[in-house]
Amino acid sequence: MLVIALDNVAYSYGGGELLAGVTLELAPGSFHFLTGPSGAGKTTLLKMCFGELVPTSGRVELFGQRLPGMTRDALAGARRRIGLVPQDARFLDHLTVAENISLPLTVAGQDMRAQKANLDELLAWVGLTHRAKATPPELSGGERQRAALARAVILSPDVILADEPTGNVDWEMSQRLLRLLVELNRMGKSVLVASHDLALIRAAKTQTQVRVLRISNRRLQFAGADL
Amino acid sequence: MKAFLRDLRILWRGDASGDRVVPPSGYTVRLTIFSAAAMGFLAVMALALALSAGRLADDWGGALARSATLRIDGPLDTMQERTEAALRVLEQTPGVASAQALTEEEQRALLEPWFGPDLQLESLPIPQLIEIEKTPEGFDAEGLRLRLEGEVPGAMLDDHESWRKPFLAAARALRWLGWGAMVLIGATMAAIVTLAASVSLAANAQVISVLRLIGARDDYIARAFIRRFTFRTLTGAAVGTGLGLIASALLPDAPMSFLTGIGFANLDWLVPFAIPPLAALVAFAATRRAAFRTLRGLS
Ligand SMILES: Nc1ncnc2c1ncn2[C@@H]1O[C@H](COP(=O)(O)OP(=O)(O)OP(=O)(O)O)[C@@H](O)[C@H]1O
Ligand SMILES: [Mg+2]
Repeated sequence: MLVIALDNVAYSYGGGELLAGVTLELAPGSFHFLTGPSGAGKTTLLKMCFGELVPTSGRVELFGQRLPGMTRDALAGARRRIGLVPQDARFLDHLTVAENISLPLTVAGQDMRAQKANLDELLAWVGLTHRAKATPPELSGGERQRAALARAVILSPDVILADEPTGNVDWEMSQRLLRLLVELNRMGKSVLVASHDLALIRAAKTQTQVRVLRISNRRLQFAGADL
Repeated sequence: MKAFLRDLRILWRGDASGDRVVPPSGYTVRLTIFSAAAMGFLAVMALALALSAGRLADDWGGALARSATLRIDGPLDTMQERTEAALRVLEQTPGVASAQALTEEEQRALLEPWFGPDLQLESLPIPQLIEIEKTPEGFDAEGLRLRLEGEVPGAMLDDHESWRKPFLAAARALRWLGWGAMVLIGATMAAIVTLAASVSLAANAQVISVLRLIGARDDYIARAFIRRFTFRTLTGAAVGTGLGLIASALLPDAPMSFLTGIGFANLDWLVPFAIPPLAALVAFAATRRAAFRTLRGLS
């Protein structure tokens, strides 16, 4: 079964059509990159995959359930199976970084103590162990992105949707985050990463099998082998 | 209804981690606590009014309704004879449980507030009073009056009806006023909590969107707010009720026996303790409604 499917989807924010005839199928264990010029609609596409935006036409299915027909609780349940790293991640500013990262566990009603080791390991992975007690407004842009990635994966979701997850980090850290994503992908999770970072995409290609999608002229296409 | 009860149960069990997802916000807290305290205080007063009026109505409707007074006028030397005649009539009247002529001491006690203790009753042409206790069925006042007219000159039957009725009506109206005030106070509390919760929900739209992003369900988010406002209201109402009880304990007792003082008597003291839990229940329902409505609006 496909985890996320977009079928002949179009989207418009009210003006002209931003995306049209977009078909995307994320199978379990797949690894996709999504590229395209700024303003092409990458973030918009990810938001549709997350059920945050509803397409103006076409259909979206999350885990086999059609989106507009889903109850609010079912959508919340589907979102727990999707780890989202937004382009401008927001947090609960009155909680610490560690609390924010483990928030999905709290919300899902899981026992926090049982997940303590998991949280520590994750904090180490994204290099935020020393910032665990800080609050989100005290983090740098790159630290925020890493915290967002950690928060997205702590529930061990079936899909990871990451919007420019390496936009603000140095090369070394971006390699590290990539290794984390590849690792999760090997565990069977689907990964979709929106990114301009060609070097990152090339590095990913050396580690695992990835497919590169590109939005151009409102359409979604497979990128050529030149990438 | 099922969801309502489930949320109530979860609220009771508590969930410390869930509470923290909503930032502790300043002024809605203070406003809610203050309003709950004020409403709790007013509720105690309204309750005191309702219960006292209720007691009054019971008195006027009960004990007094079951008694009557027969007054016998006449020259001193006929008094004895007339009194005996009246008592004989009363004995034969169905619906009279007992009839008792007041003794000299009792009559003196009645007059004492007006004339002082040294009154020489024998020298005064004061009427003889007979106290009548009715059976629960009561007697036919008109019939008795006619018979007394024929057999006992100078007998005047007063079955308290004429002056009891307006008092009874007033006491009953007062009781309704008290309960009506209680209902209004409850409704006002619900309105205040709804407003405060709505303000708090709107102020935390950002928090709600983050929680949505990580897959929080509406009932999880709603509960965090519900818990807050329910406990704030409980706290405020408890303080207000406490102050109200102290205030009503300090109220002076009414000196006349026919006007039971405004306040609580005997077991009535336990009734106000229901105010804080009731206020919390009102807050729970109001916040829950506001939260789910707001959450449905924020897609
Ligand atoms: N809420 C909105 N209302 C109206 N227009 C919007 C809205 N969000 C995005 N847009 C417009 O839609 C277009 C696509 O935006 P989107 O964020 O999807 O682009 P993107 O491919 O992610 O760009 P970037 O690489 O810069 O992140 C842009 O032109 C943007 O201005
Ligand atoms: Mg974008």
